[in-house]
Amino acid sequence: MAHRSQLVSMFGELQDKLDGFFQTIKGRGRLNEEDVQAALREVRRILLEADVNFKVAKSFLKKVEERAVGQEVTKSVTPGQQVIKIIHDELVHLLGQTFEPLRRSKDTPTVVMMVGLQGSGKTTSSGKLGMYMTKRGLRPMLAACDLQRPAAVDQLERVGEQVNVPVHAQREHKDPVKTAMAARDEARQKGRDTLIVDTAGRLHIDEALMDELREIKKQLRPSEILFVADGMTGQDAVNSAQAFANQLGVTGVILTKLDGDARGGAALSIREVTGVPIRFAGIGEKLDEFEEFHPNRMADRILGLGDVVSLVEKAQEAVDEKEALKLAQKMQSQQFDLEDFLKQIRQIKKMGPLEGLLKMIPGANKALKNIELDGSELKRTEAIILSMTPEERQKPGIIRGSRRKRIAAGSGMKVQDVNRLLNQFTAMKKMMKKMGGQKKMRGMPKGMIPKNLPFPPS
Amino acid sequence: MNFFKKIKDGLSKTRQSLVGSIREVVGEAKLDEEALEDLEEVLISADLGVETSGQLADRMRKRALREAMTGDDVLKALREELAELIDETKLGGDAYKPRDASEVDGPYVTFVVGVNGTGKTTSIGKLAARYAEAGRKTLIIAADTFRSAAVEQVAIWAERANVELVRGATGADPASVVYDGLEAAKARGIERVLVDTAGRLHTKTNLMAELEKIDRVAKKVIPDAPHDVLLVLDGTTGQNGLAQAKKFRESIGVSALIVTKLDGTAKGGMLVPIVRELNIPVRWIGVGEQIDDLVPFKAELIVDAVFGEEETGFLQGSLEEAAKRAEEAKTDWSDFDAIP
Ligand SMILES: Nc1nc2c(ncn2[C@@H]2O[C@H](COP(=O)(O)OP(=O)(O)OP(=O)(O)O)[C@@H](O)[C@H]2O)c(=O)[nH]1
Ligand SMILES: Nc1nc2c(ncn2[C@@H]2O[C@H](COP(=O)(O)OP(=O)(O)OP(=O)(O)O)[C@@H](O)[C@H]2O)c(=O)[nH]1
Ligand SMILES: [Mg+2]
Ligand SMILES: [Mg+2]
Repeated sequence: MAHRSQLVSMFGELQDKLDGFFQTIKGRGRLNEEDVQAALREVRRILLEADVNFKVAKSFLKKVEERAVGQEVTKSVTPGQQVIKIIHDELVHLLGQTFEPLRRSKDTPTVVMMVGLQGSGKTTSSGKLGMYMTKRGLRPMLAACDLQRPAAVDQLERVGEQVNVPVHAQREHKDPVKTAMAARDEARQKGRDTLIVDTAGRLHIDEALMDELREIKKQLRPSEILFVADGMTGQDAVNSAQAFANQLGVTGVILTKLDGDARGGAALSIREVTGVPIRFAGIGEKLDEFEEFHPNRMADRILGLGDVVSLVEKAQEAVDEKEALKLAQKMQSQQFDLEDFLKQIRQIKKMGPLEGLLKMIPGANKALKNIELDGSELKRTEAIILSMTPEERQKPGIIRGSRRKRIAAGSGMKVQDVNRLLNQFTAMKKMMKKMGGQKKMRGMPKGMIPKNLPFPPS
Repeated sequence: MNFFKKIKDGLSKTRQSLVGSIREVVGEAKLDEEALEDLEEVLISADLGVETSGQLADRMRKRALREAMTGDDVLKALREELAELIDETKLGGDAYKPRDASEVDGPYVTFVVGVNGTGKTTSIGKLAARYAEAGRKTLIIAADTFRSAAVEQVAIWAERANVELVRGATGADPASVVYDGLEAAKARGIERVLVDTAGRLHTKTNLMAELEKIDRVAKKVIPDAPHDVLLVLDGTTGQNGLAQAKKFRESIGVSALIVTKLDGTAKGGMLVPIVRELNIPVRWIGVGEQIDDLVPFKAELIVDAVFGEEETGFLQGSLEEAAKRAEEAKTDWSDFDAIP
């Protein structure tokens, strides 16, 4: 992976700690058992705090130990980095190396069943999957087979409307098996090639309800049964996942609510006990906040290394490279004005919610604690700049008392807000001047140009 | 309904399996280092967290030097050590103080908050039913205008509980729905108001700001509202539960917890670090999807919930004692007056 070296050198509480453990062996050149064990105790704590099941953590650490002990320490890295690399690679290996696409059946429609505990995100993920498939040229249909939860059918119908996927629903009886079968018939008739079956949330120890799922499976012979699991789940993830896997034979996993700050160790637990791949990640409530699962990123997240790769990709997607380059050049040549500032704000807005972005950088939350970074701040800043004349934007120096008042009134802000923005801008230019001397920001991956956030150092 | 039986039924899996696993690792032999390490793992497997589990194990280690412990002694000692770690006298100390309903003129307003899918709406339905049964004129404000069919869902609960409902249109500003709801509550002589808020992750500053706005707007109608803020935690949640509780407490304030889905196999041990560190008491637990699957929880029962078990004499004794305490205790705030 291209960004591994940056990733490892840039961050790391974990690395600092591991390096601490290995201080004593610097120069000795080989990882010995005692040092590795001491380091792994620290890793154990990290895994457990990330909610990796304790048994899973144990067997994982054993594997790492076997691999690490006796390894030659390469000159170019520290022993800590070397161990992180082994841990990281092993974790990626366990999580499944690459994305595995969904299987399709010979008969149409291909049936995908969504199952899981209450509130894990099945209905939302059904809609997301529908949208995902539509984007890939498929013609899915949703089946509303949760006849238990109040308004579950309404919920799926709304979701279907939003993603423009038809929903099979009926309100006459309360038999999900019948509904599922009728849905398949309708899908066939209407030429829909995929049927996504939303089922009611249930406990894995509820035998009657688990039977019901088996019956749907028997009738519809789905090519995929996806276990939808809450990414914040704790140690119990192994129990529920295993029960669903054993009793139903799940074929894949969707891990939801990964937009929060849970470290998501359940991913490893679930993967380990079910043996099936994690297919997708839910990263928000909105129906496009859904992505293919990347074991690499998950490994970083569990280890607290931060999701640098995602950040880079996201930045690249949103930013017009040429425009960004021009801005960067301007910044260095000290000609950066409020016009450019505005452009930059707009680029950042395109990158989506800033909190999400910043969360991917370890330590960023702490470092930027005193700076307001929500979208509304950007909007306010934008409004203020838009109330300036072109001349003012190019020469902020001319904005004095009366102009400030006018701008404040025009943008619906207070004069203090305008003052604050101008101060920030000045501070930022100062910072750029300082940085102009340096070649490149240390540790920042190439291509990540909008790193120069329009905020002054705190 | 015998509320204590309900706790026992609902929590039986929790208790049995944790106590069962402790028994398994402790065995009948002396508590040695190996057993101690296993014990720590059992605690971790119940979601008590690395820190709390480690501290408990350390305390047991010290204790094992002083006294020989086997089997039930170990359980008893664990209970005592946990009881010491959780300082009961501090419970609620740092939490947002719920107001006593008898001091509140007009509607008593409860906000129900939490991350996505924890069981807020369902718990509101269950609470509303209790209030209604106790003869309180109750109103639910459907302030989740974001999630698909959230309003329809809570409307069905309002009907089941036989209470009134104020709803806003999908996509409406939740604060304005709350404003209208509280105005209606005042006009209609409502005694209890339950506000169903949308699920939100504690890390999303804009959504937390929205919650704070709801709070500000509510105060415009009823200056001392909300009188109570309940945070709903999913009992299967791991260590993230602590971050959730912290952030919600910082933002809107939390007076007590509702912990749901304890009818599954999760042990809900993440409550321990939360109660310990934040002193937020647990008030209700959810043990199912039906309208009466909500049991009141006395803060001091937390230790029982983790280590209690009816089979063993001493524990049964303490459990019954706790039940008696709970029944006898003159509750200092009258929301409990709704408990049948
Ligand atoms: N933040 C976030 N919220 C999510 C995600 N996926 C689902 N949700 C939310 O989680 C809550 C529960 O989602 P549902 O789709 O209703 O869950 P379910 O599994 O169908 O629930 P039941 O049918 O009651 O078992 C809703 O508030 C969703 O908006 C996600 O990836 N991120
Ligand atoms: N087994 C069990 N299920 C529960 C419990 N409480 C709620 N549920 C279920 O959990 C799912 C989610 O419950 P909701 O009440 O919709 O959760 P919510 O917090 O309002 O969800 P959002 O508004 O989407 O954030 C539903 O399927 C409920 O039936 C409980 O105590 N035990
Ligand atoms: Mg659902
Ligand atoms: Mg809800």
